[in-house]
Amino acid sequence: MEAVRRIAGRALPLARADVDTDQIIPSHWLKRLERTGYAEGLFEAWRRDPAFVLNDDRYRGAVILLAGANFGCGSSREHAVWALLESGFRAVIAPSFADIFRNNALKNGLVPVELDETTTGRLVALVRADPATEIAVDIERRIVEAPGVRPSFEIDDFARTRLLEGLDDIALTLRYEVDVAAYERKRPEWLPRVIAP
Amino acid sequence: MGSALSEKIWERHVVRRAAGEPDLLYVDLHLVHEVTSPQAFEGLRLARRPVRRPELTLATMDHNVPTNDEPPEPISAKQIEAMARNAREFGIRCFPMGSPEQGIVHVISPQLGLTQPGMTIVCGDSHTSTHGALGALAWGIGTSEIEHVLATQTIAQTKPGTMAVIVDGALPADCAAKDVILAIIARIGTSGGVGKVIEYRGSTIRALAMEGRLTISNMSIEAGARAGIVGPDNITFAWLEGRPYAPKGQHWEKALDDWRSLATDPDARFDREVKIDARRLRPYVTWGTNPAQSVTIEDRVPEPDALPADARDSARRALAYQDLRPGTPVRDIAVDAVFIGSCSNARLDDLRAAADVLQGRHVKPGIRALAVPGSMRVKADAERMGLDRVFIDAGFEWRDAGCSMCLGMNPDILRPGERCASTSNRNFEGRQGPGGRTHLVSPAVAAATAIAGHFALPSDLR
Ligand code: SF4
Repeated sequence: MEAVRRIAGRALPLARADVDTDQIIPSHWLKRLERTGYAEGLFEAWRRDPAFVLNDDRYRGAVILLAGANFGCGSSREHAVWALLESGFRAVIAPSFADIFRNNALKNGLVPVELDETTTGRLVALVRADPATEIAVDIERRIVEAPGVRPSFEIDDFARTRLLEGLDDIALTLRYEVDVAAYERKRPEWLPRVIAP
Repeated sequence: MGSALSEKIWERHVVRRAAGEPDLLYVDLHLVHEVTSPQAFEGLRLARRPVRRPELTLATMDHNVPTNDEPPEPISAKQIEAMARNAREFGIRCFPMGSPEQGIVHVISPQLGLTQPGMTIVCGDSHTSTHGALGALAWGIGTSEIEHVLATQTIAQTKPGTMAVIVDGALPADCAAKDVILAIIARIGTSGGVGKVIEYRGSTIRALAMEGRLTISNMSIEAGARAGIVGPDNITFAWLEGRPYAPKGQHWEKALDDWRSLATDPDARFDREVKIDARRLRPYVTWGTNPAQSVTIEDRVPEPDALPADARDSARRALAYQDLRPGTPVRDIAVDAVFIGSCSNARLDDLRAAADVLQGRHVKPGIRALAVPGSMRVKADAERMGLDRVFIDAGFEWRDAGCSMCLGMNPDILRPGERCASTSNRNFEGRQGPGGRTHLVSPAVAAATAIAGHFALPSDLR
C-alpha cells in the first residue's frame, strides 16, 4: 500500500444515504481475477442517467467523494474500493460507513472520513455552489479543510499510522509468529480440521 | 459484571493485544469461495507465502456456477477454474461443481458440522453472519483480509460492541423466521447494528429450529451488524450431534461442557437492547430497495411524505425504481418471477414450507418460478422426501445448488423491469439483474405468491 498523508482537490457531491456496494460496482464485474479494471463499473447503473453527478464534467478529476450515511453497506466486495480508487478517489467523506467497507478502504489507502450530517451537508453545499472548491483531508493532523469549514475527524492511531507509513499488514502480523504458535498449542483438541484434499 | 456470549468468544481468540491497536484474533475456520478470493491467492503467490493452516480452510463454488445443465459462461468458467487451481496449489479442500458436498458456502459448513459454538469463522462474504446461529462468532471480510487470514490464520479487528434483540412470544401461524428478521430490520434500520454483534434472545428465538435461526442470523448484516449470534442450547447440540465434523465420543462430552459455559452471563449488560413482541408480527414484504423498506402483507405501499423526513428521499427514489404507487395494497402487486433459494432460505425446512403450499396447486401461467436448494445435500434430502416432484408438478424449475438468482452473477437474472418475490436477503437496485425489482418474503409467502400471481398468504389460496 502507498503511504498517504494529505489528499486535496475537487469533491463529488453524491450525497445519497445507504449506498450499497452493489450500486458502487454491480456483481457482474466481480468475475474478474484481477485487482484492476473496475473503473468503468463504478456506479454503472446510475451512470446511465446523464443527470447523474458522476457525468457532470464540472466535477471531473474529483479526488474526494461526498456521500450520505451508511456508505458501502451490503456485500463485502473489496472491488467497490478498487473501483473508487481506480476512478481517482482517494477519500470518502460521509456521516457513517458500513463496517466491512471501512476495513476494506483502509487496507487499500482509501481514506474513510466520518463527519456529522451537518458538516457533510455544508461541504456538499460548497461544492454544489462552486464545483472548483478545493477540499483537503489531512491525515496527519486529522482535519478536513474547506473554505470556511475546518472540521476535525476521528481516526484511530493505528489506522492513521498505517496510512501514513503505507504498512503491509501481513508482514506486520508475521512478526508475531511466536504469539500465534503459542496460541495454537492451547486450542481445544475437538475443534474441527478439514480433511486434506 | 458478566460478559455476553460474543465477548467471551472474542476474549478466547485474542492472540495479541496492544494498547492503541486492534486485537489480533485467531481464526478457527476460514471459508472461501470463487468470487472474492482470486486476488488474495495472487497476492500470496507474488509474496511467495504459503497458506498457514490449509486444514482450517474450506473452499466451494457457489456465486457464479450455473444451477442447470448449461455450462458456465466463459468468464465465470475462468473464475471457477481459478478456484480449483488455487485450492490445489495451496493444499485446500474444495467442493467443486458436481461434488455431492457443493453448495452455498453458508449452507454447507453448518450442514457438515464444521460450524460449531464458540468458534471464530470468517469468509469473504458479508453473509458469514449466518454461522452465528450455532453460537459461533462469524463475520464477513474483504479480499485483503482474506489474504491476511490465508497467510497468518489471524485477523486484526477492533472489538465490536454488543446489542441484544429480544424477541418474545409465540409467532403467529403464518409468520416465519424471515418475518422476524424483516421486522427487526424495519425497526432498527439498515445501520441499526453497525459496529455491534447482535445477540438474538428471547422465547421466540429459543423455540425456533436451527434453520430459522440461520435465516435470522444470515440477515444481521442487513441491519449493518458486524455479526449475529444465538446462544447455543439443546436445539444447537441436537442439530450438531452426528454430523461429519462434529466432535465424537469423549470429545463430544468435553465440547458440550465448554459450549454450555459460553452462554451470556445473567448480569451481562448490552450496549443496546431492543424488544420485539412476536405475537404482533405479520408476514412482511419489502417494497423498496433496501431491506428496511418493508410493510406487512396487510398494508399498502407507503406514501413517502408520511415517512420520517430523513427516509423520504430514498423512499421516493425506491418507489420510482420499483415502479410502485403509494397507497397500492401489497396484495395487489403482481409479480413476474418467484425465486425460492439463497443462503437466507434454501435449507430443507424452507423448501418443505414452500412445498406444503404448492402441493396440488399450480404456478400462475406466465410466472417464472425457480427453486434452488442451498446445497447438493439439501437437494438430495429434499428429493428423498419427494419435494422435487411437488415443485416440478407445480410448475417450478428444480435446480442444482448455488446462489442463482440471489445476485446477478450467473445466468439466472431478472430482465429489466421484471418483478420478483424472492426468499433471498437483498433487494438492492439491480441485485437480481440490471433493472430487476426485488421483494423479499418468506418461503411460504413466495410459494403462495407464485400460485396467486400477486403477493398472497397460503391462507388466501382456495
Ligand atoms: S446466496 Fe446470495 S447472499 Fe448468500 S452467499 Fe450467495 S450471493 Fe451471497
